[in-house]
Amino acid sequence: MVASFRRARKGGVSVTFGVDESRVLRHVLGEMVELLGTDAADSADEDPLAVAVGIGTSTKAPADPALARLFPDGYSDDPDASADFRRYTETGLRSTKLEALQSALATVGEPGQRVTLTPEQAEAWLRALNDTRLVLGERLGITDEIEEVIASLGEDDPRLALFWVYDRLTYLQETLVQALWSGP
Amino acid sequence: MVVSVAPVEIEEADTESLVVPDKPWVTIVWNDPVNLMSYVAFVFQKHFGYSREKSTELMMDVHQKGRAAVSNGTREEMERDVEAMHGYGLWATMQHDE
Repeated sequence: MVASFRRARKGGVSVTFGVDESRVLRHVLGEMVELLGTDAADSADEDPLAVAVGIGTSTKAPADPALARLFPDGYSDDPDASADFRRYTETGLRSTKLEALQSALATVGEPGQRVTLTPEQAEAWLRALNDTRLVLGERLGITDEIEEVIASLGEDDPRLALFWVYDRLTYLQETLVQALWSGP
Repeated sequence: MVVSVAPVEIEEADTESLVVPDKPWVTIVWNDPVNLMSYVAFVFQKHFGYSREKSTELMMDVHQKGRAAVSNGTREEMERDVEAMHGYGLWATMQHDE
């Protein structure tokens, strides 16, 4: 039985994760919290006051391609403006993404236990699932031809497990969008 | 973007009409292989307040043409839109429209 999000009362959603799913979710969400949290802590030269008001000192795209995908340039063809944009937005974006991941992690629930999420918690899940898929997608080199990539892997390729996780997260996110999207 | 449930058939949208002379900056959303089609359309409706139909048209533009201008306005307004798109994990940039 595979979990899916379902619409609940008052704009919320509910979900029941099984043993394997809750374990995998805790693991990948935890890894994401570490990825986003650790990188910020490495920036020892950040001005604490500037950080407190959401301004960072980083003007360059992160070296890690997965982080670079989470924090892309803001301007199509203006590196200077992109650097400024990054200085004023990246710290805040990082906090928001981290909060969403932590909120999702805190509401995975016990295996077999039905969890009902408020609309705010549901949106945190939506953002957390998407950011996690973006990072996994970058790590796995996901392209539009995902089936071809999977077919090219050997049976004992360790990446197969990650593809499986990616696929589960894709399904979960799709059910969450459908559960939330009741508007006209 | 990827289809995980059912693709949506929709007529081609005209993004040119989004640009008006006194609002010279545009926010562009680019196609990527990870974001779900349903999610991208959902984000357009949620953030911009567009109808489900218009949000879906813009999403299909991104999917089929590789990019779509999703909003236009002052530089400050577009910086807010781009930041919001990045918050949702969409690949967005802004540019001055010639």
